[in-house]
Amino acid sequence: MSQKYYLLRNREVADIDRMDVYLAHGGYQALKTALTDYKPEELVDLVKKSGLRGRGGAGFPTGMKWGFLPNDGRKRYLVVNSDEAEPGTYKDREIIEKNPHQLVEGIIISSYATKAREAYIYCRGEFLFGAEQLQRAVSEAYAEGFLGENILGSGFSVDLKVYRGAGAYICGEESALLESLEGRRGNPRLKPPFPAIAGLYGGPTVVNNVETITNVPAIVTYGAEWYTSMGTAKSPGVKIFSVSGRVSRPDNYEIPLATPLRSLIDDYAGGVLPGHKIKAVIPGGSSVPLLLPDKLDTPLDYESVLQAGSMLGSGGCIVLDDSVCMVGATARLVKFYREESCGKCTPCREGTYWMTDVLDRIERGQGTEEDLDTLMDIADNIGGKCFCPLGDASLGVLVSAMKFFRDEFEAHVREHACPMGAKLYDTVNH
Amino acid sequence: MKPEWNQWAREFKEQYPGANSALMPLLHRIQAEEGWLSDETIHDVATLFDLPESYVESVASFYSLFFRNQVGKKVVHVCVGLSCALAGSDRLMENLEHRLGIKEGQTTADGEYTLLEAECLAACNQAPVVQVNLRYFEGLDPERPDVLLESSKSPEEEVKP
Ligand SMILES: Cc1cc2nc3c(=O)[nH]c(=O)nc-3n(C[C@H](O)[C@H](O)[C@H](O)COP(=O)(O)O)c2cc1C
Ligand code: SF4
Ligand code: FES
Repeated sequence: MSQKYYLLRNREVADIDRMDVYLAHGGYQALKTALTDYKPEELVDLVKKSGLRGRGGAGFPTGMKWGFLPNDGRKRYLVVNSDEAEPGTYKDREIIEKNPHQLVEGIIISSYATKAREAYIYCRGEFLFGAEQLQRAVSEAYAEGFLGENILGSGFSVDLKVYRGAGAYICGEESALLESLEGRRGNPRLKPPFPAIAGLYGGPTVVNNVETITNVPAIVTYGAEWYTSMGTAKSPGVKIFSVSGRVSRPDNYEIPLATPLRSLIDDYAGGVLPGHKIKAVIPGGSSVPLLLPDKLDTPLDYESVLQAGSMLGSGGCIVLDDSVCMVGATARLVKFYREESCGKCTPCREGTYWMTDVLDRIERGQGTEEDLDTLMDIADNIGGKCFCPLGDASLGVLVSAMKFFRDEFEAHVREHACPMGAKLYDTVNH
Repeated sequence: MKPEWNQWAREFKEQYPGANSALMPLLHRIQAEEGWLSDETIHDVATLFDLPESYVESVASFYSLFFRNQVGKKVVHVCVGLSCALAGSDRLMENLEHRLGIKEGQTTADGEYTLLEAECLAACNQAPVVQVNLRYFEGLDPERPDVLLESSKSPEEEVKP
């Protein structure tokens, strides 16, 4: 499939992670345009008109978020969330490793728009190379006068620092991220107040995802109408989908929103592995409910995926085929939430522990009919009862798997074994 | 306490509006040199920040990449996320355990390798993946764990803050 890239420009231009190459391909022109042709408020309006929505998972309109900052004269912060750790999602890592300057340019423009004097990139601890690439890009941007005092003679100043996390998925949740950045354990904060009112060091703060901010230079360059010419009225623009699992060409695909799920899987990712059939798809990262093959024609925009019974989330699309045991796959994902529960609230901390325990037992063939009810019971005690969204996230796949594939769970109990051999990987298939 | 730690602490503190924001950068910096964070290190860092030891410990223990026990020169993180599992990460882990003669969570007797599970490392298109001292090894053959153990780079080259 032919592709045009606005975000993953590294796929068209070799070495675009270098300042000279980025500049030679129009880099930092959007920054110049923003600083000379726009007042900050006009940029906020531009982003509102573009309809850009947050790519970190929740899809919140970016311009509207920027508009929430109170005008009370306090120092403002922009924090970019590069903690990407949602299983199945690997788009932000490609941006920071391969096209870091576009992110840095986006951060400077967004800081100008939101009048932030200080900006941070919170980079997942495991992304050592990504942090190095970002640090290099930031240093190069300082050297060119794109960061620091009085940028390009505009009178606008902003500083940007790269901050390394140290291994904790929960720090992707924005308030936990801010706690971490302030030198504490990454436990989420009570909301409200939201970061716009009381964020980093108590100051008004915008938190945005890497991919969200990487869109900003393109929107300045090509305009809001270009952006709304793609996707739907409510979900305009382009989005990167990370496809993995049982497909021929697992990779990141940058495509207009509202592209059908079937097209992403078949036309882009090369379809399910030869000789196999799709069983279910996790369309938006490990936290969202499964979609069955009858939903493959769902357009990948926020509203349509929700209507189909799942969520677009982070765009991490995991394809499961008929070789995959749904109990094993579910157990694997629920265990992730057990590992990553921050432990602050009981339903999540204890619930993810017990669900993992029961699921492992069923997968090993030692589960009982009663265990299936126990699972749903624990899920009931987690759903809507946790301090932050991680608790609910642990239920997305589980509850839908129990609904759509209850027969598989029952077969495990009845046969006292996993009918598929209790292995997620079958050497015969490879 | 190493003499340079004081200097590092001061430099990091100057960079942030809140002094405690310098804590994680300092822990990263020290661990890059020492390999891990001993009780004595926690004590020294607490002194440098004028914080209770329990506070530094509570932060260090929260994050999985801060090692509170001695680890091998090479820390091998095998991704066990779903996409990697579908591509054979469990088999790869078994083979590594066998090859190194240790179980997940353990360190070889010669202090060379520590073998750990990692959650999704955001490289699912290259499954199964492993990080050795946080450097990626992608698209591995589960039956050939040796490629991970033949990397020529020294850990010093590989990990810098
Ligand atoms: C458990 C949890 C993990 C999250 N992880 C991430 C993440 O890794 N990256 C990210 O951008 N947002 C993540 N989010 C969403 C953030 O809280 C926040 O909504 C987002 O960074 C806002 O940016 P956006 O509006 O540009 O999407 C996570 C949320 C939760 C509840
Ligand atoms: S829901 Fe889980 S991750 Fe969120 S605060 Fe509670 S224990 Fe922590
Ligand atoms: S599951 Fe291993 S990198 Fe994502």
